[in-house]
Amino acid sequence: MNVIAGISRWAIPILLLLIPVFAYLRKVPVYESFVAGAEDGFKTGVKILPFLIGMLVSIRVFVDSGALVIVSRWLQPLFMSLGLDPNFADIIPLAIMRPLSGSGALGVATQLINQHGPDSFIGRLASTLQGSTDTTFFVLTVYFGSVGIKKYRYALKLGLLADVIGLIASVWIVHKTFY
Amino acid sequence: MVNLIWLLMLAIGIIVAALTGHIENVTVSAMKAAELGVEVAIELIGVMSLWLGLLRLAEEAGFIRGIARVLGPAVRRLFPTLKPDSPALGAIIMNLSANILGLGNAATPFGLKAMQELQKENPTPDVASPAMITFLALNTSCITIIPATIIGVRLKADSANPTEIIGTTIVATGCAMTVAIFADYFIRRRKR
Repeated sequence: MNVIAGISRWAIPILLLLIPVFAYLRKVPVYESFVAGAEDGFKTGVKILPFLIGMLVSIRVFVDSGALVIVSRWLQPLFMSLGLDPNFADIIPLAIMRPLSGSGALGVATQLINQHGPDSFIGRLASTLQGSTDTTFFVLTVYFGSVGIKKYRYALKLGLLADVIGLIASVWIVHKTFY
Repeated sequence: MVNLIWLLMLAIGIIVAALTGHIENVTVSAMKAAELGVEVAIELIGVMSLWLGLLRLAEEAGFIRGIARVLGPAVRRLFPTLKPDSPALGAIIMNLSANILGLGNAATPFGLKAMQELQKENPTPDVASPAMITFLALNTSCITIIPATIIGVRLKADSANPTEIIGTTIVATGCAMTVAIFADYFIRRRKR
């Protein structure tokens, strides 16, 4: 545990030291190469800007209007009919939010953890879910947008499939581990 | 599908706001979100430049080729359409490593760089290549060893054991990643 936490803490400083020193020894003009590489950062940032704005506007309007809560309530009977714990319904907004927005999902997860307690079923499930799936929809639109891809083919379905599996696996493993 | 989801979120949001009498929220949310988009992009430019600068150093020193050669066989099996010495492999490996270590702001620059390299080998520039789809499936279902942010939230909420969810998180992502890899493999085989 401490070892892994240590790696996370040291990884960036070590890379910042190791790569330039290694490059210098290999006779790379370190400063000039660094600057030449860094130039692309600006171009990429400008390129993804419209995709970021487009997605954020749509997501924020959806969440801030209260639509997320209402859609979650619609979906509740569906989950109940599958024979799941009634408590489980509280996790639905997080499950919907997770693929859409990282900061949005973190907000929902934080609220669930504070409301139910971090060591409750919902608290543990929200924590696991937050750490185990990614902002699929957001990543896809920004990454594809940055290189001008318009047709995603089966990418979105594959990503969302992984998210659904992540949700099911989270419920299963939290049950199995703690109850 | 993306067009539809985008439209649905926007339209449902506006209709709900209208029906609940909070229509003015839509204006505020939309404006705030647009501003936030610029903030995120500007912040990303800084971090992005830093990591792309380092990546260039690593490339010119032969560092990336070295890593790609060591991890290559496993990664190459996932990307059969790429050239064996593709520069995309280095960026993909750096992105996945950053994801695994939970270094989110280092992962994005490497990820975008990987997409640019993959695009160079893409015969159809406006259609996603199989390698891109595999990469994004890995990227979004990737294991994070330390979910640091959520541990912080649990700590603040006075959890008796804030780190107890590390194990469950790894198992859950492991399942998602395995299914993503296999589903991708079978879809690619069927489409060939």
